[in-house]
Amino acid sequence: MKIAVLSGKGGAGKTFVSVNLSAVAQNAVYVDCDVEEPNGRLYWKPAMEKETPVSVLIPEFDVQRCSGCRKCVDFCRFHALAFVREKPMVFSEVCHSCGGCVMVCPENAVLEKARPVGMVEEGARGGVRVVTGVLNPGEVSAVPVIKAALRTGGESDLTVIDCPPGSGCPVMESVIGADCCLLVAEPTAFGFHNFKMVHRLALLLGKPCGVVINKADAPYAPLEEYCEKQGLPILLRIPYSERLAALGAAGEIASEQDPDLAESFRGLLAAVRKGAVS
Amino acid sequence: MMIAIPVEEGAENLCVSFGRTPYFLIYDTEKAAAVTVKNSAADAQGGAGIQAAQLVVDQGANALITVRCGQNAADVCKAAGVKIYKARGNCAAENLKALEMGTLEELTRFHPGFHGKE
Repeated sequence: MKIAVLSGKGGAGKTFVSVNLSAVAQNAVYVDCDVEEPNGRLYWKPAMEKETPVSVLIPEFDVQRCSGCRKCVDFCRFHALAFVREKPMVFSEVCHSCGGCVMVCPENAVLEKARPVGMVEEGARGGVRVVTGVLNPGEVSAVPVIKAALRTGGESDLTVIDCPPGSGCPVMESVIGADCCLLVAEPTAFGFHNFKMVHRLALLLGKPCGVVINKADAPYAPLEEYCEKQGLPILLRIPYSERLAALGAAGEIASEQDPDLAESFRGLLAAVRKGAVS
Repeated sequence: MMIAIPVEEGAENLCVSFGRTPYFLIYDTEKAAAVTVKNSAADAQGGAGIQAAQLVVDQGANALITVRCGQNAADVCKAAGVKIYKARGNCAAENLKALEMGTLEELTRFHPGFHGKE
């Protein structure tokens, strides 16, 4: 089973939920898809086993062969190519590596070369395999690294996908192969706003959802009403606690130190496995 | 000389955006004639600056007067030999006059673009 953990707003507790959920499962794969700032590994401190570079293919032009027909430039819907002084010019950070320019070139003048954009780290702690996607600083698209991390994660009894914040392409890529979504909500106006955005995304992708309300000191009425109206099950409420915050800040996996929290996460996992999501 | 300026509808006022300007004013100094060209990049999903710069190059411009411009568009202009000048004020006609009188400065600072930002 693959569970994607997402929130819209950053800092709502995606990593906290993903790490603790995999920790109580014991036999699990944790995949950090928040590749711009992967921080799950700060908690797992996994014994590192492997680092695999991730590259994308970008076009390179053989100027001798290029006839200047401009077909590649006109084909590129991402506008990663310009046509200047009768020759194509590549903007590699805009390129989506679709390979279309190679296909449409009648002169076979377009070659592809690999451009490194990040890497995937693999390691383990106890029964949890830890897979971390790491995007190189300055890179625009997280998607190739997310794809590689999920591929590395593979199939297992339980895979927990720690998604990036927001509701854009990197989140879609992280969620698309999941069986269900856990939406981590913060009971604030800001948290609720972004929560609705990711819920819409999950609906669009046809993923059943469950809700975890984090830092839940008091019910936030609009969030509660929304969940009720949408038939969204609230599977866990984690009250704000200074102790949990301190454990997090110290890089500890809180459920390993707090038996009550571990019990809560075991309950959450059992509920999801039983199909309590909708 | 052919001069390109990103302009709003009506072609009197400059548009602050280069890549997503609705129109370009293309002014031919020899013929003292101007045409307005619709910017096909205005609603592009991405790479608008590159596509808009392509349009400027394809129109045969030698100079571009703009409020601002991204690095990728600047690279296209540079490769094509289009000089980029910093616009002063909001009026297209005044900027054309200023360029002819040689009082416009070249634009040397380009922003990194807004790619992937939502």
